[in-house]
Amino acid sequence: MKIAVCIKQVVTREWQLRVNDSKTWIRDQDASFELNEPDAYALEEALRLKEKHSGEVVVCSAGPARASSVLREALARGADRAIHVEADALASADAFAVADALAAALRDEKFDLVLTGLQSDDQGFGQVGVVLAEKLGMPHATIIMEVKAEEGGLRVKRELEGGWFQWMTLPLPALLTIQSGINQLRYATLKGIMAAKKKEIRKVTPSAAASPAQKMLAIHFPEKGKKTQMLPGSPAEAAKALVQKLREDARVIQ
Amino acid sequence: MILVVAEQREGKLNRASWEAIAAAQHAGGPVKIAVLGSAVDAVASELAAAEAAEVIVVDAPALEQYTSDGHVMTLAALIAEEQPSQVFLPHTYQTRDFAPALAARLQRALITDVTALKAPRGAMVFVRPVFQGKMSAEVTAEGPSPHFVTCQIGAFRADAAKRGSAPASVRKAAIDVDASKIRQKPEAPFKEAKQAVDLSQAERIVAVGRGIKAQEHLEVAEQLAQALGAEIAASRPICDAGWLPMDRQIGSSGQTVAPKLYLALGISGAIQHLVGMKGARTIVAINKDPEAPIFEIADYGIEGDLFEVVPALIAELKK
Repeated sequence: MKIAVCIKQVVTREWQLRVNDSKTWIRDQDASFELNEPDAYALEEALRLKEKHSGEVVVCSAGPARASSVLREALARGADRAIHVEADALASADAFAVADALAAALRDEKFDLVLTGLQSDDQGFGQVGVVLAEKLGMPHATIIMEVKAEEGGLRVKRELEGGWFQWMTLPLPALLTIQSGINQLRYATLKGIMAAKKKEIRKVTPSAAASPAQKMLAIHFPEKGKKTQMLPGSPAEAAKALVQKLREDARVIQ
Repeated sequence: MILVVAEQREGKLNRASWEAIAAAQHAGGPVKIAVLGSAVDAVASELAAAEAAEVIVVDAPALEQYTSDGHVMTLAALIAEEQPSQVFLPHTYQTRDFAPALAARLQRALITDVTALKAPRGAMVFVRPVFQGKMSAEVTAEGPSPHFVTCQIGAFRADAAKRGSAPASVRKAAIDVDASKIRQKPEAPFKEAKQAVDLSQAERIVAVGRGIKAQEHLEVAEQLAQALGAEIAASRPICDAGWLPMDRQIGSSGQTVAPKLYLALGISGAIQHLVGMKGARTIVAINKDPEAPIFEIADYGIEGDLFEVVPALIAELKK
């Protein structure tokens, strides 16, 4: 099975967000970056499918030059080769622009299966995978918790809301967006890291960007909707104040 | 005209549909409501209570079970007929499955997970979370209409949806749904083995998130739960890692709870978690990140290291 996995580089969860001067995106020059978590699960699922059914795993990312580090990491975990659609504007592009860039890079390779994470930790559109499926003319299924390859197609378990699930079958080629927690992640071994140095990262320049579907006017920290009483002091002082509030004001403990 | 796409499963209306109706009414102008399925007359008459120009039903055997292909082709045809200026949908898992494909097929903008509308009636500005709710973005939709908008669950109030003085008219749209073009073949939805714990009945809950860092640290949270007479629960990453069973997960993919006391330890407060617990009467957050979104909905907050604060709390409770 020839599998493509689309991955994104995002700022780490621990990084203290800072807004840029025009207040339209973050000031990420001094940020630390990591592989978008749901995409890590998509990669792991692809590696497991390859181990079971043989084939090839190709990782693809649309992003600025720095995104090559997550491609290298994916190669170290076991992907066979990588495609990097490189453009600075892709760092904060909308879902249609990213899906366009990915579709152009993947279309001619005739993949059997394309996997993405269900959404990114930064923009959180939850669109790129499904839009990509439409652009590639593939059927798709989203928020997937189990993948079984069957004669002529796939049987996948979709997560619905509130603890419900649903199996569905779809023909190949197909695209799936993968839910976090579908599998247990592996990490790169030293051997994998060494092997990754010899693997190919093919660079692709995107064709002229399509006109954006949405325009970012501003980003800001949300206004607090509710008055939160912050309890200051040492841990012991804060703990004492909290217990008193819970007993006497909120009356939720005895 | 704004077209609202309501959501139903097995003849039961998803309540989030009313939130999308409320958002569309707030945006201004006439509203029509569409519902897709098979034998959904009861849902249609329920929706007809809304103040709306009409309720449009697309009833076809091929729509009995939800599929992305079925929804995309049906709504593409309906939108071509109705020519709405905007299409509003609830930001459910189902919408997330088909709306991006629909917007891509029609080459129209889609703004997802919207929490607020600004300057309605003018050039509309949509507010949506970015960086897992740590920040908000203000965006506009570009290009020709209709623009697609999905409304975050809980962001608009279902009970704010205006009801009409008389029921809206219900019309069946004559749209052919070609079952042979539906590539996904769904099976019946099911629940995993019966949930062992029903957290919805718990009076007090101590919930842990990523901040707990390692499975062996759960013990300190369990001691606190015991001291408070609380059930232990978690955000999704903890259950994904297998540190606590899935039936203790709070959030959109887990349980929804409304205890008297909800104490969040090391939970940043991604929206998927907040929708499962924001109905709690008193919310306490302990987190080392002062910008964590959980503090926005907490009644009491302690900024600090949970490994220092929690033992102090246990000691204080035992006094």
